[in-house]
Amino acid sequence: MGAKTLLSHSFRIASKDLTELFRNRLGLVLLVVMPLFMMVMVGFIYPSNGSTLNNLPIGLVNEDSSYNNSTIPSQTFIMGLQAFNAQTNMLKLSNVSTVDDIKDMVQRGELNGGIIIPSNFSESIMTGQQGILIIVSDQSNPQVSATVQAALSAVFDQMGTQLAIQNVQPLNATNPLAIVKPYNVQTQGIVTGTPSYFDFIAPGIIAMTVMMSVMTGLPVAISQEKEIGTMDGMMVAPINRLSIILGKTMGQVARGLIQGVIILVLAVGLFGVTIHGNILLVFGLLLLGIFSFVGLGIVITSFTKDQETAQMLMMTLMFPMMFLSGVFFPIQQMPWFMQSISKVLPLTYAADSLRKVMVLGAGIPQIATELSVLIVFGVVMIAIAVPVFKRAMTR
Amino acid sequence: MNNESIIAVKNLTKAFGDFVAVDDITFDVKKGEIFGLLGPNGAGKSTTLRVLSTLARPTKGTAVIDGYDILKNDNEVRKLIGIVSEKMIMYNRLTAAENLRFFGNLFNIPKAVLNKRIDDLLELVQLTKWKNSQVGTFSTGMRQRINVVRALLNMPQVLFLDEPTLGLDPQSSVEIREFIKKLNQENGTTVLITTHMMVDADLLCDRIAIVDHGKIVALDTSTNLKKTISGADTTIISLELANLNQELIDTIRKLDCVDSVSQENSMHLRIIVHGNEAFDSVIDSVRAKKGKINSVQNLQPTLEDVFLHITGHQVRDVADQKIPMETRRRFGQSQQARGR
Repeated sequence: MGAKTLLSHSFRIASKDLTELFRNRLGLVLLVVMPLFMMVMVGFIYPSNGSTLNNLPIGLVNEDSSYNNSTIPSQTFIMGLQAFNAQTNMLKLSNVSTVDDIKDMVQRGELNGGIIIPSNFSESIMTGQQGILIIVSDQSNPQVSATVQAALSAVFDQMGTQLAIQNVQPLNATNPLAIVKPYNVQTQGIVTGTPSYFDFIAPGIIAMTVMMSVMTGLPVAISQEKEIGTMDGMMVAPINRLSIILGKTMGQVARGLIQGVIILVLAVGLFGVTIHGNILLVFGLLLLGIFSFVGLGIVITSFTKDQETAQMLMMTLMFPMMFLSGVFFPIQQMPWFMQSISKVLPLTYAADSLRKVMVLGAGIPQIATELSVLIVFGVVMIAIAVPVFKRAMTR
Repeated sequence: MNNESIIAVKNLTKAFGDFVAVDDITFDVKKGEIFGLLGPNGAGKSTTLRVLSTLARPTKGTAVIDGYDILKNDNEVRKLIGIVSEKMIMYNRLTAAENLRFFGNLFNIPKAVLNKRIDDLLELVQLTKWKNSQVGTFSTGMRQRINVVRALLNMPQVLFLDEPTLGLDPQSSVEIREFIKKLNQENGTTVLITTHMMVDADLLCDRIAIVDHGKIVALDTSTNLKKTISGADTTIISLELANLNQELIDTIRKLDCVDSVSQENSMHLRIIVHGNEAFDSVIDSVRAKKGKINSVQNLQPTLEDVFLHITGHQVRDVADQKIPMETRRRFGQSQQARGR
């Protein structure tokens, strides 16, 4: 039987699958809603660049005892802090009398942290020493605590700089900042604009959705046909067994691509994601990602007998993939052994290369490594999958 | 193998692990006949059908269909056959015509020919009106008619039917039976049908193979099979007792002349006996135990009697439930213990 017949049969099977898909109204709605949910959830839960933080409830304890009947330094600090906060609204300051009260209020969840001005603050400043400020952090929530610490440190740093500028004013320097802060650090991105968290996750979610549709959708689709008995209808037809798997794969790929495009459109339209690279390269990468997963999908299909198993397997595979492939969290923040697992997952490379193209505007030469990994993985898996599938089909 | 036979099964065995579903069976089906595999669920009928229709590989032995070996020329065999399996092969979200077109396309039937054939087949089963309705909205009877004509798209020489009347109401069953008969007479299609319904076998089949525990225990025409018990000195008695109880049944069963006793309902017993004195001794022993006889009838044997006579148990005695193929494969051992 020629390749043309094989392809024509595959095409019939794929178009049959798509007809079924388009007639399933609820399924169609979910096809759009699911990725939308994912985008909204992860996009809004994880703050982009900490800029969304404001009105953090913070307690302020002033234990400063006067030095030479003066508490001017701590008064100045508090005024400065309030003036600064009036501009940024980052903190919601409340005066607390003792350190223990701060502890108590943090424990109650009324405060996210506190600032303590120790008793020797004025003394230190007026005797030419560094004034120490203490930040109390809420350790029950590491993420908030880290944010509070970072925010407060930034506030103090900036206030310190202002104070220093005033102090060096008498020196008549042309640029006081050059003395106080000799290094001026500026950040410059590869592309213009500040990417949000959406820019980071959108490529990952697209890569994941499209590839999962082949890896997990295929076993589910085929085991479903086995269960309702329609697989027998195809098996008794004088067609190449490969056209069944090829047709089902084509159907799933089309479904995955439709979903991928929906996410892309949503990401650009609703969440302001900008695609810096070539859009054709984006689609090329999606197709390559699918190709690399087809073999794996077929192998799984050959081993799953019923829909239930296929569904469970899907969940089992999807979760580690989601978290270990750098779709939601950067791989770099994981411990080394997790990073090594991440390095063998093809999704990592697919998400990575897609991100490089979409966010950084990379071209083929910059993602050559990822491309070759995906191609090699795909070829090896298909070479394993075809004989395994053929065996599984004729029992 | 004689010249007329279109299916020749040779020493066919299919095992799932330790469980032997089909145990070394050999039989021929003649061209143009309706051949029935009759037996209880789990006897190996469906497995035989799946092997013959190339859906499963035999463990040992093989079969030849119209000169093509099911192992070596599977695709040639597929062109010759049609299969109506127990599970209905159709997609609920496709219309009747779309379903038929999809499966027809897999047989490479030219478009014009296929469209004409679909129209003809739908006309034949009176479903033309529902041609463009999704089959998910159909009644079971309508679905089964679609399921049957789907198997006829490639104009098969051999049609395999696996329990085609299962789950259908009596009227739909009659329609399907008449349709099969018509197909056989008008097109000369050879039909191999599995059933556990005596009526199907009796009304349809030219020859019947009685299958039990994966083996063919008897093979002949319905008339000849019945002769094996109605001939010679075997008699079937229906006994209506006003005070039927277990003690009476046990008493009758212990008699030497009694081959088998089965209780039909709260008052009726069906007894197969042999010998000239048998009739009298049954009546005598019932009277001796104070049984009140309402009526006695001499019955014509049915296929059920034949099955009972040959296998020693009733068709419905054995596992009511259909064990799915996958379960059988995995739990082969325990099913074997249960079956025997």
